[in-house]
Formats: sequence, structure tokens, C-alpha cells
Amino acid sequence: MMASMIWLAVALPLLGFLINGGLALRRPQAKDAVSVVGVGVLVASFVVSAAVFLELRAHPPHQPIVVNLWRWLPVGSLQIDMGFQVDQLSAVMLLVVTGVGSLIHLFSVGYMKADPGYARYFAYLNLFVVFMLVLVLGSSFPVMFIGWEGVGLCSYLLIGFWFSEKANADAGKKAFIVNRIGDFGFLVAMFLLWYSLGTLTFTGMVTKAPALLPAGGAAVTAITLFLFLGCTGKSAQIPLYTWLPDAMAGPTPVSALIHAATMVTAGVYLVIRTNVLFALAPFSSTIVAGIGALTALFAATIGLKQYDIKRVLAYSTVSQLGYMFLGVGTGAYASGLFHLATHAFFKALLFLGAGSVIHSMHHAYHATHAHADAQDMRNMGGLKQYMPITFWLMLIATLAIAGIPPFSGFFSKDEILAAAFARGETAPIFLLFYAMGVLAALLTAFYMARLMAMTFLGSNRTGERERAHLHDAPWVMTGPLVVLGILSAVGGVLNLPPFLGGGAALEHWIEPVTAPAAAFFRLQMPHGNTELFLVGAAVLVGLVGLIAGWKATLRRPIPTAADAPADAGFARVLYRKYYIDEIYDAVIVRPLVWLSRFVLWKGVDQGVVDGAAVNGTAKLSRGLGWLGSRLQTGQVGVYVVLFLVGALWILHSVVR
Amino acid sequence: MLLGPALGLSAVLFSLGVAGVLLRRNAIVLFMCIELMLNAVNLSFVALAQLHGASGYVMVFFVMTVAAAEAAVGLAIIIGIFRHKQTVDLGNINLLRG
Amino acid sequence: MTEVVFYIFAVVAVVSATLCILQRNPVSAALWLVSTMFSLAAIYVLLNAQFIAAIQVLVYAGAIMVLFLFVIMLLNLGHSETDLRGPSTIAATLVIVGLLGIELFALLQYTPRKLASEFSQWPTFTDPATVFVAGQVTQQESAARGVVGAVAAPLFQIYLIPFEITSILLLVALVGAVVLAKRNV
Repeated sequence: MMASMIWLAVALPLLGFLINGGLALRRPQAKDAVSVVGVGVLVASFVVSAAVFLELRAHPPHQPIVVNLWRWLPVGSLQIDMGFQVDQLSAVMLLVVTGVGSLIHLFSVGYMKADPGYARYFAYLNLFVVFMLVLVLGSSFPVMFIGWEGVGLCSYLLIGFWFSEKANADAGKKAFIVNRIGDFGFLVAMFLLWYSLGTLTFTGMVTKAPALLPAGGAAVTAITLFLFLGCTGKSAQIPLYTWLPDAMAGPTPVSALIHAATMVTAGVYLVIRTNVLFALAPFSSTIVAGIGALTALFAATIGLKQYDIKRVLAYSTVSQLGYMFLGVGTGAYASGLFHLATHAFFKALLFLGAGSVIHSMHHAYHATHAHADAQDMRNMGGLKQYMPITFWLMLIATLAIAGIPPFSGFFSKDEILAAAFARGETAPIFLLFYAMGVLAALLTAFYMARLMAMTFLGSNRTGERERAHLHDAPWVMTGPLVVLGILSAVGGVLNLPPFLGGGAALEHWIEPVTAPAAAFFRLQMPHGNTELFLVGAAVLVGLVGLIAGWKATLRRPIPTAADAPADAGFARVLYRKYYIDEIYDAVIVRPLVWLSRFVLWKGVDQGVVDGAAVNGTAKLSRGLGWLGSRLQTGQVGVYVVLFLVGALWILHSVVR
Repeated sequence: MLLGPALGLSAVLFSLGVAGVLLRRNAIVLFMCIELMLNAVNLSFVALAQLHGASGYVMVFFVMTVAAAEAAVGLAIIIGIFRHKQTVDLGNINLLRG
Repeated sequence: MTEVVFYIFAVVAVVSATLCILQRNPVSAALWLVSTMFSLAAIYVLLNAQFIAAIQVLVYAGAIMVLFLFVIMLLNLGHSETDLRGPSTIAATLVIVGLLGIELFALLQYTPRKLASEFSQWPTFTDPATVFVAGQVTQQESAARGVVGAVAAPLFQIYLIPFEITSILLLVALVGAVVLAKRNV
């Protein structure tokens, strides 16, 4: 039974981590060994995942297969096993994580070749895959939480990979701390869940939640809202998204793997996994959808005016995650999962493509000893003639993300918008979310076209001498790009809607997992003319956005980063990301730091704990000792007085 | 019966003895005040023997005997201390200071 | 009549005691203490304890106080400048002695009548004479066998063992005093 060997999929990257970690400490220059081990374990893990998937396909189980490795927390009535749950949903996530992960590992071999921390990089990357797999395979909330925390740790390690620059270390800290706020939400939700249901396993939740939690009640609403707080942290939604743009300080393959394809999708996965709870709490689902739509629009507006190529992609990720949450908040869990998979393909492609571009620009600047910013799009331009393969592949990804058929993004994004529209018939606020989604789609197409135009089209602004060094990346880097390009192009077949002749494969595949939610609420997708109208509107919006972005960007010559004038007015507000970071700093961070320094440190720690408790007890002992020494003078007269006082006391007690 | 007044006198003499013990510095005079206290107690025993029988006289007998023994030994000790410190002032004898 | 005599001797005793504790010269203090003991002996006679009075004069005033005087003269003390303690001690003394006096005088409420009514089983008034029988017996015995016999009978019969132990105690005190006071040659 392949499913019982699922632990192998986790153990292989763990082995890779241990070997690479050992090499990093002992022989960091053994780059070939590290490459073989690092990529090899991922590919092997993918093979195991594929085998499990095929076995599930052959014999689709109605109940999830839970493989318990050992008893982890036997505490009274709380019995938690270290277990992995193999069902349709986790099989899909497994394939995405290990598949896209293998491609990115292979890309990293070329990208990080010259870096002295090569072995350490692969060790961390392998460790990340271990934790991500634990997260998606966990059979209970605590096991999932191990993975949840672990990916946060690896994200911190990898964002601050070049930690000798303070800005990178700060970005890593910021990611970890903002994530922590979300983790608090997850923990509180776990406590509430234990309190209400008495079980923390997913199978237990599915059986007990409908029975014990009243639909729409305060308990289930509280649980789901706290879970969603965890999702906003991990998946970078409003209000906890601020760490993701800063996380671009890490190496670009890290941004591709962690901050596009896998870690940030953990929140979406969590909502799909706990669909029974969200179906019981319609208010929370509405909040999820609303925040998703708002984030999608908000991040898209910021992306319009960023100049760093990775920043644009970062805000694009935040925006697309918003779409996924809009999907699962509406109740269309399959659509959210579909967009998760297609987004993994095209966003990873975009990031890796950007990585190739940056790699080439770095190479060029390094050769001419220039000091310009290799990631600023204003320094690029016209790279189409120097890096054609990269250009065509990124174009495929751009068309996918803009929602142009027949590329994969069209199908997934269209489904989400259709679901929102359909839900709007019963709950009008969803029509507002639909409108926001459409507007965000327009802006998405616009800024992606802007990115492509500034980077690849027009005239080259890099410089005369650098141009000679601009070329496509070596095959070890371009190969994965090709694979991702193919997936972005044809990935739509995963869930082709019926009106186009498909069988909605993904939706039917995960039906056993979403059945508990479907018992409460069945979403009626639009049919016939309404559906065609929605599809047409989505495609139109995408085309309009692309053309407008292309034309607007190339209308005037673009100055290089060094010569560019500062933005003014609303453009400046967008460029400075609505000053959200500054607002958070002033409103939240500074008061907390003040509180920590003056109240908790000087007041409580130095004053109370050091002063009263520690020094105070010492002073008290000394005082008592001093008192004792005053009694032992050695002089008879004093002793006699004390003696008589005591005798007097006894006499008093007898007389009374 | 003179029980009341006798006991009152005993109380007064005992208090005077206590005052003397607290006030005096000379070790030998201190001892004498202790003897005064013992005398006061003897008086109360004798006074109460009128009620409780000859046991009172026997107690007085024993008190006197023990007082004699105690006086002998105590004065011997004071002589020993005087040989070392050349003084019997209790303010100066504080070797057992803590 | 006995009351008056008693009060005279009581006053003498108190005055002598006060002077004893306040005298600077240790010899004077010893002599005033002797005076106190004599007055006490007289009071013992008034309390019908003639044997005890004799013992008081013989042993206390005659042996113990003489021993004190021997030691004072042996040490050749003279009188020191300041013999009384400081003002804080005087204050403490006054407080303690005051409290002591109050406590002791509180005990004076127990007249024989009250004691009798508390000791006896009968709830109503009781004659002390019927409760405290032992005192009557002693007086009868004194009349019959003389005062010495009244003391000697319980001493050698009921209290024989303490008597013997006291003799050993005296032996120990004797040896101890000799050992402590002799010169180390």
C-alpha cells in the first residue's frame, strides 16, 4: 500500500537536510555533492507523491487514510498521534509542493552556483520542504501546526540568507514576527476547538463539528475567525501582509518557492481543510471572501507603481492570494484549490524568470564593475533580444495571470469570479466582491503588461558596456522554466468547466473532502448565458488591461533608475505602498517598544523582579540577620530583659 | 489570716528584685537581687502553707538549700571571671557576642 | 495586733529592699539585704512558721549573706562611679516592673473564699476551712508535735527522695565551688 509509505516523502527531504547541513558545517565547498543530494531527495519525494496519487486515483477512498507514525502527546483525554492524512486534497498539495519544489531546486543549482553559502542554502531549502509536507499531510491541528511554525522558521532563515546586510536580517525578523501574530490566532482557534469538540484531529472535526457546534453560533464563528487570523499572517492578507514585499530580500528561488507557490498557500489549504467549520459559520466565510477581495484590489493598486521587478511580483502574489481566499470564502473550495495550483505554476515561472533576468543583470554589472540596481526595471528594457527564451516563457505566464484563454489562469480566475457572482444572488455583498475582483483583474493585467514592457520591450537602458554580457540563463535554469511554462499553458485541463467540454476533474476529485461543507451549503454555479457573459467579461477585462498597460508604459521613454525623477501625488502614495508600514510602525510598533522598555523592562523587570523580589528578599534576610545580631550582644543585661519579657508573657497568659 | 497582705508584700519584694536585676551592673549585687527574689517567693510559700499544709514549709526548705548551693557556685564563677578580666562589671563581659 | 506588727515589719522589709537595690557600695547593699531577711524572719513568726524563721536567720542571713560579704571583700571592689545602667534600661525597667506589679496584684483577687468557691464542687458559698483541710491539719500537728515536727514529718516521709537528691546537690555544689575558685598552680 503506497499510502502507508507516505512518511518516505517526508523522510527523504529530511535526510537531504541532514546531509546538506552536515556538509555545510564540514565541507561547504562540496557543491556537487550538495546539488545531487538537494535536488535528488526532492525528485525522489515527488516520485513517492506521484505513486501515492496514482494509487488514490485507482482506488479513490471515501474516508481519508490516516497513517499514524507514533503517539506524540498522550495527555489525559488528549491523545495526539504524529500522523499523516492521505486523501484527495493532501495528494494534490503533495504534488504541487514536491513537483514545483523539484523544479525550483534544480533552478537554484544554477542561480546560487557562485554563492559561498551554497550548502547552507540547500539544507534550509530541504528543511523547508520537510515542514511544508508535514503541514499539508498533518492529520491533526497540532501536527499541522508543527509544519506551520516550521515553514515560518525556514522562511526566516531563507529571507535573511545574506544576513550580513542588516536590511535582509530585518526582513527575516519582520516576516517571523508578523507571522507570529497569525500563529497566535491559530493557537487560540485550536484551544477553542479542543474546548468545544474535545478532539483535534481532522477526521474527528468532520464528525463532531456538525453535531456539537450550532450553525452560525458564536463558538464556530470565533474559531473560524481566529483560524483566518492565522491565514492572514501566513498567506499575507490584510492586515498582516506587510512582510511579503520585504521578504523579497531573500534569493529569488526562495521567493518563488516559499512566497509564491507553497508557504503562502498554507492559509488557503487550511481553509479548505476546515471547510466544515467555515460552512457552519457563514459570517466568517463572508469575512474571508471580503478580505480576500479587498486584498486583491489593494495589492494590485500598489503593484502599479513599483519599480523593483520582484516587488511587483510580490504584490501580485498578495493580490492573487486574495483571489484564492475570495474563492474559498464563497464556498467554491475547488476553485480556490485550482487557482492555488495554477498560480503555483505561473507565479513560480514569473519569479524564476525574473531570477534569470536578475542573474543576467548582476553578471553584466559585475563584469563592468557598475553599481546600479540589478532589480530595478528602469535599468532594464529591450531584453527580448538578449534573453528570448525567458521572454517567451514569461509572456506565457503573463497571459495566464491576466486570465487570457486558453492558459490556465483564465480557467481558475474565471471560476472564482463566477462563484462570487453566483453567491451574489443570495448575498448581495458578494456582488461587491465580484466587482472588486474584476477591477483587480484589470489592474493585474495592467501591471503585468507594464512589467513585461519595461523589462523586455522598448529600448535597452542597461548601458553600452553591459549589453554584451546579457544573455539567457544556462539550461539548468531555463529547463525548469520550460516545464513551468508548459504547465502554465495547459494547466487548465485540471478543472475544465462543463460548458467547455471538460468534466470539472479537480472539483469532483476533492468532493469527498468538501462534502462536509456541501452538506450545509451548495453553491449554484451560473449556467448558460450568464456563464458565457461572465466569461466574456473576464476575458475582455484581461485584454483591455494588457493593452492599456503596454501602451501606457511605452508611451514615453523611461529614465534609468539613477536619472528618474521622484514620483509625486497619488503615484507617490502608491509607490510608498500607502505608507502602511510607516503607520504600523507608529501605531503599533513604537508603543509596544515603549511599553517593553519603560514599563516591562525598567518598571517590572528592574524594579519589581530585581529590586523587590531578588534584592528585596536579600535585604529582608539581611535585615532579619541584623535584628538577630542585635539580640546576641553577649551582655547579660540584655538577656535578662528578654528573659523577663518572656516570663511576663507567660504569666499574663496564665493569669487570664 | 494574713494571707492577702503577705502575698502583696511578696509581690512587692519580687518586683523590687526584678528591678534590681535589670538596673545593676555589678555582678555580685545582681546576685543579691536574685536572692531577694527568692526570699519573696519563700514568703509566698509560707503564707500559702496556711491553706495547703506543711508542703509549703518543705518547699521553703528546699528553696533555701538550693539557693545556698547556687550562691556558692555562682560566686565561685564570679571569682574566676574576676581573675581574668579584673572587673565584675557586666557591661564589659560580652565575649559571647553574636 | 498582729496586723500592725506585720505592717511595721513589711514596711521595714520594703524600705530595706529598695535601699539594697539602689546602693552603690556593694557592702552596703549586702547589709541592707540582711536587714530585709531579718524582717522577713519576723514575718514568718507572725505567720506561724517559727521553724522556718529560725532557718531563715541561720542559713540565709547567717551563711549565704556572710559568703557574699566574704567574696565582696576578697575582690576588694570599692564602689564604682556608675553602677546603674543607662536611661533606656531604666525606662525598660519601669515598664517591665510596672507590668509585673499589675499582673501580680491581679492575682490578689483570689481570696481564700474565692479560691474555695472555685475549687469546691458546691455552687454556693463555701467555708474555706472545709475546703482547705490541709492547713487545719498542719496547725493541729504543730500543736501536737511542735513546729519542727510539723515540717520534719512530710520532709522525711513524703519528700524523702528529693531530700536525698538535695544532699547530693549540695555535695556537687561544694566540689564545684572549690574547683572553680581555686588557683591554677
